[in-house]
Amino acid sequence: MSEKAIEKLKFSGVKKSFGAKHVLNGIDLSVAEGKSLVIIGGSGTGKSVMLKCALGILRPDSGSILVNGGETVNLGHSERDEMMRKFGMLFQGGALFDSLNIWENIAFGLVQGRKMNRKDAKEIAIEKIKAVGLKPEVAHLYPAELSGGMQKRVGLARAVATSPEIIFFDEPTTGLDPIMADVINNLIVEQVKSLGATALSITHDMASARKIADFVAMIHEGRIVWHGPVGDLDHSGNAFVDQFIHGRADGPITRRTA
Amino acid sequence: MNEQTNSILNTRFNVFLAIGHGLLVFFERTGRLVKFIARALYHCFTPPWFPSQLLRQLIDIGYYSLPVVGMTALFTGMVLALQSYTGFARFNAESAIAGVVVLSVTRELSPVLAGLMVAGRIGASIAAEIGTMRVTEQIDALTTLSVNPFKYLIAPRVIAATLMLPFLVLIGDIIGVFGGYVVSIYNLGFNSSSYLSQTWDIVETMDVVSGLYKAAAFGFIVALMGCYHGFNSGRGAQGVGAATTNAVVSSSIFILIFNYILTQVFFS
Ligand SMILES: Nc1ncnc2c1ncn2[C@@H]1O[C@H](COP(=O)(O)OP(=O)(O)OP(=O)(O)O)[C@@H](O)[C@H]1O
Ligand SMILES: [Mg+2]
Repeated sequence: MSEKAIEKLKFSGVKKSFGAKHVLNGIDLSVAEGKSLVIIGGSGTGKSVMLKCALGILRPDSGSILVNGGETVNLGHSERDEMMRKFGMLFQGGALFDSLNIWENIAFGLVQGRKMNRKDAKEIAIEKIKAVGLKPEVAHLYPAELSGGMQKRVGLARAVATSPEIIFFDEPTTGLDPIMADVINNLIVEQVKSLGATALSITHDMASARKIADFVAMIHEGRIVWHGPVGDLDHSGNAFVDQFIHGRADGPITRRTA
Repeated sequence: MNEQTNSILNTRFNVFLAIGHGLLVFFERTGRLVKFIARALYHCFTPPWFPSQLLRQLIDIGYYSLPVVGMTALFTGMVLALQSYTGFARFNAESAIAGVVVLSVTRELSPVLAGLMVAGRIGASIAAEIGTMRVTEQIDALTTLSVNPFKYLIAPRVIAATLMLPFLVLIGDIIGVFGGYVVSIYNLGFNSSSYLSQTWDIVETMDVVSGLYKAAAFGFIVALMGCYHGFNSGRGAQGVGAATTNAVVSSSIFILIFNYILTQVFFS
């Protein structure tokens, strides 16, 4: 493995509980620069929580999260604002601004975050709208006027519009038809390859995982139980992974943990 | 120790425990609110500002509240004239009506009622909007796009409400006095010019200005409580509903409390 590559993002011993509920029990994981890591795991195992900890939306109870080698847990407000410029995030639920139309949503980080003028930002937004397979006419619609899958694609366009260094995708293909899912997979691969971005994605969709991942990590009960190159997925020798990729009801993962 | 003292001690202990716990919760909440206010104020006064957001809020809070505030002031002035006539007629003191109307309206009724109406109209909508944004992760999305939610969402609302409420109250003052005038002239048969001169003679700048200061304070309270409860909204539709209720109730109570404090400060 390319162990020598620079670690862009590194979790060590990250723990997070909500009250008595322990969601993350010591996550150790790192992503090399320019690589795409896909996290798989059952519903409710803390995948989204893990991304939110990396983004600083949630504060881990303990552990460390390094970005470009610098500690990000306990950063001050202004340093965190600065760090956010490196990040792009596709939220699981879209999280589009419902008071703004589609192009304003996509251009939001450019116009409000980076003070780009609206005309240039709109051009970039329209470009991104086309890139995610939507018609330019949707630019002036509002999020509530789009279907769930269309909203997802707008969320994706918004996440990549600022050309971030590290992009987080929380279930990018959920709710899309198989063809559109593949368009999105290609788009993610393209973003990572052409922009040299580092990607951390969550998915339940194994076809998507195989397509976009350089590495795969499996999370179970708040820990990473397997981590390796995507090519090793089918002969990981790990019972959790085998059960998950084949979608079997019986195995070490029981319904109780879902 | 015998059994009896033991049980007395136990119940005492429980009482202290309950009081202590209550106090802790109270201080924790107060601390959180104070921290929120400090953060909100800091972001009101530091760049970057979002002028288009501010403009939207100025229009929403100022312009669109005019009908509600105007109607409230009109009927308050009218009913005030009617009521004080009934009372004062018993002492043959009808000539005091003009004074009663103008002083009550400018000092108390216009700011307090406008504050309460705006708490219902604006406080609720701010809490619901920001609460929904919290629940649907739009606030998190703002942060990931390098926009501080305090600057983008909270500062414009707080600034707009603090600036617009005095404006609304000034208009309310005029409409309220006009309401009293209309009832006195057309219903109670007063002489128009003497009513107006009585009004002018009695009202002083401070009566109006104190009301406007109060209005600014109430605007600040309404926007702040709306933002605070929305920002800390619980999960789901239920969380947003509770945030909305809490915003209206707490801002109304704070308005009444601060009205007393400010009156004491201005007129004693
Ligand atoms: N803000 C929060 N407050 C309390 N509990 C939370 C919060 N966020 C997440 N949780 C809990 O943490 C657990 C993990 O949630 P998370 O959203 O990370 O799951 P997930 O792995 O992303 O699942 P899915 O694949 O269904 O999206 C869940 O049991 C959830 O109830
Ligand atoms: Mg999730």
